[in-house]
Amino acid sequence: MSVIVYLENWEGKFKKNTFEAAQYAAKTAEMMGTEAIGVTFGDISDDASVIGKYGVKKVMNVKGGDFTEYNNYKVAKALQEVASQNGGDTYIISGTFNGKAVAPVLAVNTQAGLITNVTELPSSVSPLTVKRSVFSSKGFVSYSTEAANKVVVFIPNSVGVEEGAGSAEMTEMNVSAGDVPQSNVTSVDRVKGKIPLPEAERVVSGGRGLKGPENWGMLEELAEVLDAGTACSKPVSDMGWRPHTEHVGQTGIAINPDLYIAVGISGAIQHLAGVSNSKVIVAINSDPEAPFFKAADYGIVGDAFNVIPKFTEAVKKMKAEN
Amino acid sequence: MKVLVCISHVPDTTSKINFTSDNKEFDKNGVQFVINPYDEFGLTRAVWLQEKNGATVTVINVGRAETEPTLRKALAIGANDAIRIDADPTDGFYVASQIAAVAKENQYDIIIAGRESIDYNGGQVPGMLAALLNVPFVNACMGLEVEGDKVNLIREIDGGKEKISSTMPLVVGGQKGLVEEKDLRIPNMRGIMQARTKPLNVRPAVDADHKTAVGTFEKPAPKSAVKMIDADNVEELVKLLHNEAKVI
Repeated sequence: MSVIVYLENWEGKFKKNTFEAAQYAAKTAEMMGTEAIGVTFGDISDDASVIGKYGVKKVMNVKGGDFTEYNNYKVAKALQEVASQNGGDTYIISGTFNGKAVAPVLAVNTQAGLITNVTELPSSVSPLTVKRSVFSSKGFVSYSTEAANKVVVFIPNSVGVEEGAGSAEMTEMNVSAGDVPQSNVTSVDRVKGKIPLPEAERVVSGGRGLKGPENWGMLEELAEVLDAGTACSKPVSDMGWRPHTEHVGQTGIAINPDLYIAVGISGAIQHLAGVSNSKVIVAINSDPEAPFFKAADYGIVGDAFNVIPKFTEAVKKMKAEN
Repeated sequence: MKVLVCISHVPDTTSKINFTSDNKEFDKNGVQFVINPYDEFGLTRAVWLQEKNGATVTVINVGRAETEPTLRKALAIGANDAIRIDADPTDGFYVASQIAAVAKENQYDIIIAGRESIDYNGGQVPGMLAALLNVPFVNACMGLEVEGDKVNLIREIDGGKEKISSTMPLVVGGQKGLVEEKDLRIPNMRGIMQARTKPLNVRPAVDADHKTAVGTFEKPAPKSAVKMIDADNVEELVKLLHNEAKVI
């Protein structure tokens, strides 16, 4: 018995998200009375020993021609291989876009019980029982599985990370993915210099109240001083003011940052569904009756064009003082 | 070309979510059900393939008779025929196994499911279906064009997108971008009339495992009252976020 964790890296670098996966796995392993083993792919430029600070002491670095580009079947195959060499029966995966594509394939191939959209550490490990979000965060439910193998996919930034002491040892490993279904990546287009929404700890989001795409500059400035990602409501992305990838809500991306700042967004139930897991919500709206104020922790009734520049200045001032 | 579109029957996006008094089940009382929004993008895209490439479009749902109006709606939007597997969709692996059995029999070139359903948000079925059929899987798909015997796709990745070329058959986990929101087809009167006579075949479930069990539901903890700050005192908000909420 051991816990296998997919430690995703982005061009050789680990992110907070990777550490969260490591910690989730380490804590689950502790509950099971066993160890957690990390698996990461390709050339790693970061110092892998840092993974140990989150409780995982052993990291397998899978290399080989099969892993130069992402393929969910190949990643699943390698995770399964590491598990079979180490008696692994529980897999922990962070719910990134790549993770979500690996998990179902891995679950079928290992005949595992798959539990996704998980928001907490397991409440029990015999049988494995975990709480997950349902109905776009309008509810939660506990799921359990009696299957011999288990795959748990947690929502990024839902359990958090705490740096501890310790160091991990990374070992290279060659795996052949064998004959798996293959699609070919023809190009990768990553937005540079922006924080991807699912991993953003703070998010500044705009709605129709901003009146037009030309007014996003002030939100981007606020996002920059807060080290935040930018997002938008559904109508804003439908009108083409902002790209679809920024649409948060029930049919866009569901996020759970530490801080969500909604500017000029009324707070329709479909929007709230995608953001209500945020730890702290600030609503800024000129309409005192906007439903968002009922879902927010802090609110300002006012004109965004007046409030946002002052907000940015106040953050700068606070940062200079601290 | 044969296209299969998987349709989930889910509560309307504006629904208030309640659970039965023992918290063991979702309370369907007074809830309006619709085609899962993520599936709608795939359905319209499939209808375009029908119009442009002469594809035949089949829609499938795993559910009881109550889901038939949702399948009829998909037929009214333009699907050629519908299949309902008569079973309760209680587990991702079980549902994927049901659809895989139909897919193995009928050899579809493209299978499109929504990236996730807005009720259980599992995102399990499309990937499991691909694995059961051993074909490529493109998740969070926001673009799909058929070019000869190849399919060109765009997939959302963390912080960007990726272009992919794949052979057929394949399984797609779809989302907005497959078609734009404004291009989503809605049923017109002619479509609704035609849908009444289109085939809707009901099939029994095949044997398959349930890998997970559902426990007790709960609602999110209620939010404490909002703290209002004067628009002329934004510095106060920043102080609160720093000292009280400790998020900046």
